[in-house]
Amino acid sequence: MSTATTTENKDLAPVSTESLAALLVAGERPPRPSAWSASMTFGWRAVLKIKHVPEQLFDVTAFPIMMVLMYTYLFGGALAGSPKEYIQFLLPGILVMSVVMITMYTGVSVNTDIEKGVFDRFRSLPIWRPSTMVGYLLGDALRYTIASVVMLTVGIILGYRPDGGVGGVLAGIALLVVFSFAFSWIWTMFGLMLRSEKSVMGVSMMVIFPLTFLSNVFVDPRTMPGWLQAFVNNSPITHLSSAVRELMAGDWPADEIAWSLGWAGLFVLVFGPITMRLYNRK
Amino acid sequence: MSTQTTSGLAIETAGLVKTFGETRAVDGVDLAVPAGTVYGVLGPNGAGKTTTVKMLATLLRPDGGEAHVFGHDVVREADEVRGRVSLTGQYASVDEDLTGTENLVLLGRLLGHGKQAARERSAQLLEAFGLTDAAGKQVKNYSGGMRRRIDIAASILNTPDLLFLDEPTTGLDPRSRNQVWDIVRAVVSQGTTVLLTTQYLDEADQLASRIAVIDQGKVIAEGTKGELKASVGAGSVHLRLRDPAQRPLAAELLVRALDAHVQQEHDPVALTARLSAAAGDDSAAEQAARALNELARAGITVDNFSLGQPSLDEVFLALTGHDTHESRDADDKTNSKTDDEKDEVSA
Repeated sequence: MSTATTTENKDLAPVSTESLAALLVAGERPPRPSAWSASMTFGWRAVLKIKHVPEQLFDVTAFPIMMVLMYTYLFGGALAGSPKEYIQFLLPGILVMSVVMITMYTGVSVNTDIEKGVFDRFRSLPIWRPSTMVGYLLGDALRYTIASVVMLTVGIILGYRPDGGVGGVLAGIALLVVFSFAFSWIWTMFGLMLRSEKSVMGVSMMVIFPLTFLSNVFVDPRTMPGWLQAFVNNSPITHLSSAVRELMAGDWPADEIAWSLGWAGLFVLVFGPITMRLYNRK
Repeated sequence: MSTQTTSGLAIETAGLVKTFGETRAVDGVDLAVPAGTVYGVLGPNGAGKTTTVKMLATLLRPDGGEAHVFGHDVVREADEVRGRVSLTGQYASVDEDLTGTENLVLLGRLLGHGKQAARERSAQLLEAFGLTDAAGKQVKNYSGGMRRRIDIAASILNTPDLLFLDEPTTGLDPRSRNQVWDIVRAVVSQGTTVLLTTQYLDEADQLASRIAVIDQGKVIAEGTKGELKASVGAGSVHLRLRDPAQRPLAAELLVRALDAHVQQEHDPVALTARLSAAAGDDSAAEQAARALNELARAGITVDNFSLGQPSLDEVFLALTGHDTHESRDADDKTNSKTDDEKDEVSA
């Protein structure tokens, strides 16, 4: 059993029924874990999965870098005169857009994970039921934070200078991560509702593309036709990217923060219960 | 350890029903499982065993009937039930991406142990299960036998009052199978009730004190091992003759000598005689000896001879009048709602 290459092994150590019997007697039952503790344990599971399958960090590293480079140089010259000028406006917005886009992988991983035997065990445990899903999203929050740090680093290399300093930047990221955590409940719902990974991806794209592009991430909404302005100005993504942009610029946009958190609360209140209903029925 | 109900039953179900679309996967199951015993649920794939277990473990909501675990209703008091049962599924109910230790620590934490206690308990269990060397490896690299071990270890992190073992040895080699049986015996000796589902009669025979035979969602026989065997027969004599032309004569002789049901197999020289337990006081071996004698006297050469316990096929033939093949195609996985309706084939 010393080489990792073989799966079948002839010299598997025997089961010790004596020590097993002793363990069965000795085991006293501790009190059930709190909702918080159970959720954190599932969050730890998500982190362990990242540790064992680090490739899954690709979408929070390479993808965000690509987004920043692509849009800075594609639109920079046309919209702001130069990429360096444009990135001052673009970076907080593209940060919001990319992280919100990344949230959709939550649905895919829930969809594939839920079919595995281990979920039967989780569901037969006497724990706070939503903790499994909350744990997922806590693990994802870590991924969102990684993506944010990666993008900011690239942005700063390209010339982005946040006037809000470290405090403003941290506040912006915190708001973005909280919003994304709440927004992800949409994907847990779809992940449980739809049959296949492909359909989850399909539906996610249908939601995420219009929602993120029809916002003030790239351009000022005042350049848009009236009917589109009506949509864009009320989009949660617009509120969020305004809030993050101003926080990083050193302002305190109380209205936009309130709007962002309000939307976040609404997402949890609506999609959280639907997710749990589907989870209990699965 | 457990607060027994007045009836002393770990599981009590009445008219339990679960339907998936048109298929009645579980169709009115009544069970009464005494606490502190191993109860075997025997049946082929697609019989409804896993679906029944999932309802009892609060994973599926019954569509009809009632089920109580230690007196608690599995629907209304699901949380009470969850606190007292553990489930080891047909497919390893552990996270394949995590290591053995990580799996056990994770579950230990979810069961309320502190970090240190969860680690200690995991290490002790891995040691007892002979998995210490594999503790740091991802479960996806484990062999079948190791998976079952880690799975059962995960189920007894907190000693449960009731342990569901859903086909714990399916797909295992004989040695790993024996080891799983040892584990089950050790668990039961400490007072845990075990509900064991299996496709193998000898497994139920080895471990269970009472057995329910289930087919197409219904319990078709229930009783102690002795009662069940008596209803099935004492065993079977399998014969291979040298000359296929002698087979009809041999069959006739066997019917006369043993008063047995004789089946002519596809193989033109093979015969199977199902011995009835009611045939006097003779043991199966004595009956078989008599049969061989008769054949020798008639000048029939027997190339090969074996005496076996009734197989599951034979149990089914005896109990239902049809064999297990038509339900074998159906998958017992309860998630697959596409199960075709099983054809009724009567023998």
